[in-house]
Amino acid sequence: MSQQRIAVIDYGMGNLRSVAKAVEHAAPGADVVVSDDVTAILSADRIVCPGQGAARACMTALADSGLDKAVVEGMKTRPFLGICMGFQVLLSHSDENDGVACLDVVGGRAKRFPSPLLDEDGAQLKVPHMGWSPVYQQAAHPMWQGIGDESRFYFAHSYYCDVDDQQAVLGRSRYGLDIAVAAGGDGWFACQFHPEKSARDGLQLLNNFVNWDGTC
Amino acid sequence: MGLARRIIPCLDVDDGRVVKGVKFVDIRDAGDPVEVARRYDREGADEICFLDITASSGERETIVHVVEAVASEVFIPLTVGGGVRQVADVRRLLNAGADKVGINTAAVFEPELVARASDAVGAQCIVVAIDAKRVDDHWEVFTHGGRKSTGLDAVEWAARMQTLGAGEILLTSMDRDGTRSGFDLALTRAISDAVEIPVIASGGVGSLDDLADGVMEGGADAVLAASIFHFGQHTVVEAKAHMAARGVEVRL
Repeated sequence: MSQQRIAVIDYGMGNLRSVAKAVEHAAPGADVVVSDDVTAILSADRIVCPGQGAARACMTALADSGLDKAVVEGMKTRPFLGICMGFQVLLSHSDENDGVACLDVVGGRAKRFPSPLLDEDGAQLKVPHMGWSPVYQQAAHPMWQGIGDESRFYFAHSYYCDVDDQQAVLGRSRYGLDIAVAAGGDGWFACQFHPEKSARDGLQLLNNFVNWDGTC
Repeated sequence: MGLARRIIPCLDVDDGRVVKGVKFVDIRDAGDPVEVARRYDREGADEICFLDITASSGERETIVHVVEAVASEVFIPLTVGGGVRQVADVRRLLNAGADKVGINTAAVFEPELVARASDAVGAQCIVVAIDAKRVDDHWEVFTHGGRKSTGLDAVEWAARMQTLGAGEILLTSMDRDGTRSGFDLALTRAISDAVEIPVIASGGVGSLDDLADGVMEGGADAVLAASIFHFGQHTVVEAKAHMAARGVEVRL
């Protein structure tokens, strides 16, 4: 089998290096390229869409660069992994920055955690949701292989994904609210947490992605 | 289960080398940030903090290379502070692999920097570091390693930094820093109650109970310590086991 190529989409929204390095670490045989070129991205075997920052800046960057097409087209045609903002941009809409239309390939909305945000005991929770929270796996899936249910992953976000299709939700967490933190469908998987910063379990998830044939 | 309270070892880096004498018998080069970070990752540290104390501005690029090297091999969150003066500095560190960047003195002289940086990269990447010291019946923000008072009330300052877009507060008690007598719990509690963003307690850890107290009494979301871990007095594993035994939720 020839060496597979994995493209990390570079739309100018930071910290791509960590994602690329973590994928390289998880898949030593793969050719990992960070790219802002639609053609190069769509010639890769797999696509990773990371991203951090505010929704409007991310959507503007995707539209201005034409990389929105690489995301939408890439998701349909090969295994695709969206991370953090790379999950939120797939939704229909984000409430951030007074409301931003997103790519609308996954029905749903990015909403801000309410204030005050309280846990089950009535104690106030801080926003951003920052740190390691357990992820409750909602279904067996190749992306969860080798990762125990309720394993902790690293989160850093103030907006959460409210996904319309509950069948698509593959992982949930609780932070004041019960939130969808991983979702997927035919050929795509997206997570709110940062696998590239989640130590062993995060690297396992990236390794699973590299070996995933895209079926559920 | 919910969000775990974080334990964050902090390393001082001078011109690319870890200083303050980290002593691990099983590490070949205790001055190498990558080796030390890898060691803390193995022990289960939830995050690592690098404080760049390089005096010469000509050597500023060195910390960027340190972050690149560490982020290539250690896959847990990295917070980097020291000498950050403009948005370009923040971007450079994030692009190198930092997850969060600490702004300290520059925020005092130019509070709008926090707003600009937060708008540019998102609040979750911006940590405002506050060095506080008790003055009469309240705490004031100090700069220059606790030598110069700014006259700013630390609690009000923390709230203002939140308003401007800080995603987290790294709070250091300059009265306790280096004393090993425990966090200033009243200060930690006052700041933690005043803001809705997470607070990292720092300064004064001398025992494992101090770490648990920072969470249970101080209300801190994360606890930062240096010497207790560097000198082999305790491992992060021991710290987590102790905190768990005291009823603090940690990532084991």
